Amino acid sequence: MSEEKEPVEVLRTPVELDYTYSAGVSASRFLRAVEQGKLLGQRCPVDGRVYFPSRGSCPQHGVPIEGEPVELSDRGTIVTFSVNRVPSENIDLELPYAAIQVLLDGADTTLFHVLGECSIDDVRMGMRVEAVWRPRDEWTISMQNIRYFKPSGEPDAPFESYQEHI
Amino acid sequence: MRDVAVVAFTQSPSVRCEANRNETEILIPVIHEIKQQTGLATEDIGFICSGSSDYLAGQSFAFVAGLDAIGAWPPVSESHVEMDGAWALYEAWVKLQIEDADVALVYGFGKPSMGDLPRTMALQLDPYSVMPLWPDAVSMAALQARSCLEAGVISEREMAQVAVRDRANALNNPFAQVKGEFDVDALLAEPMLVSPLRKHDCSPISDGACAMVIAAGDRARELCERPAWIRGFEHILEPQDLGVRDLTRSRSTEIAAEKAGAHSDKIDVAEVYAPFTHQSILLERALGLGDAAVVNPSGGALAANPLMAAGLTRVGEASRRVWEGQADRAVAHATSGPCLQQNLVVVLEGN
Ligand SMILES: [Zn+2]
Repeated sequence: MSEEKEPVEVLRTPVELDYTYSAGVSASRFLRAVEQGKLLGQRCPVDGRVYFPSRGSCPQHGVPIEGEPVELSDRGTIVTFSVNRVPSENIDLELPYAAIQVLLDGADTTLFHVLGECSIDDVRMGMRVEAVWRPRDEWTISMQNIRYFKPSGEPDAPFESYQEHI
Repeated sequence: MRDVAVVAFTQSPSVRCEANRNETEILIPVIHEIKQQTGLATEDIGFICSGSSDYLAGQSFAFVAGLDAIGAWPPVSESHVEMDGAWALYEAWVKLQIEDADVALVYGFGKPSMGDLPRTMALQLDPYSVMPLWPDAVSMAALQARSCLEAGVISEREMAQVAVRDRANALNNPFAQVKGEFDVDALLAEPMLVSPLRKHDCSPISDGACAMVIAAGDRARELCERPAWIRGFEHILEPQDLGVRDLTRSRSTEIAAEKAGAHSDKIDVAEVYAPFTHQSILLERALGLGDAAVVNPSGGALAANPLMAAGLTRVGEASRRVWEGQADRAVAHATSGPCLQQNLVVVLEGN
């Protein structure tokens, strides 16, 4: 009998596969607009709801969304938030800061972003916010072109105006 | 067994590379078309099942984005297989058999042009001893073709004849990618790609998607004038390792065909998912097709091979021949894994 060896517990098999990726027609249009400082949504042909970001189909009705995209405002309403105390290398805000879901004016779906220039004691649902863009020469095809949202100083939006989107 | 039939089928044109559209965007019009054709809305569909591969997409849970094409809000009953859509069809068929649903939507989609497909396929091999050597899919198939040639069960001429037949049949298929009139001797004069395979022995790389609706009993009769009734359905698996099975025949197809009842009566039309010409010969034998059977009227996978959709497309193309009255009895086949490892057989009848 040969001597019992230890079982093999680690086998290195590096896997490297290269992909030529395309974000798709809809996402490409959205990202190219963000590169120019524009926020594009798209309208469902069935009920007129505006999806942000623009996408190829309505996930509720399962119909293709064609036609012209809708340009949205960079202002909106906080529909929910959380307070983040964990650092992230992609977000250059001091801890703690609020992560927010924003309903942009004219949109029917919310977007994830962060809140700056605001104490976490003041953040609340219904708070009106506006985008703070990075300097134009730093714009890329990324939602990071918006550094954060900040309070706009407008009166809070009434609960009924965003309750569907919580 | 509950009477369940294929009642509708749609597909995208297969193309070598969908440069702009992503997988979901390829799928959206295909799903839209089948809903229009059948008049079904999402709420009329009791179960949805899809087949696709995250390895092709290079992204984990890539199939979830496909649900955008369906409309999954309010939530729907849905499932997914990391396999060809033909296996998603099997799951949906079982769902109808156990009376969990009366109507099911099945779809398959893939965009293999994003990656290096023959290399990506190495990841389905044994991870300890085989995959680290990265054998590509064409080389694996070539090993099988060589053993068939050496065993004398096929010839290179027969292989070229399969390519000529399928490419000519594809002339009638607007969704096919490789089509035309070719000459056997001219093809045999072409150089080897991976010996003993020449280019015509291999299926193209295709991006594409397809969708199918199946329904039970009266619901099927409402949705289709002459439904393609599923009279037998079986899939059988062989070992992954090439060294422990007979590569010169397809035993799993033989068993699946027997269990599905393919041999019990004549077959008018067969749609066979053979990514390589020598595999078509082995599969046609395993299915026990008579001389009267029309094989691959669509052109088969040698004319268009949208991975994860090509097997389901065989079922759709066979069903179409039943709906149109060209076949009373048809058989469709799908394969998965290296060198015909796993095989699925569906028997469809007009009555
Ligand atoms: Zn909609």
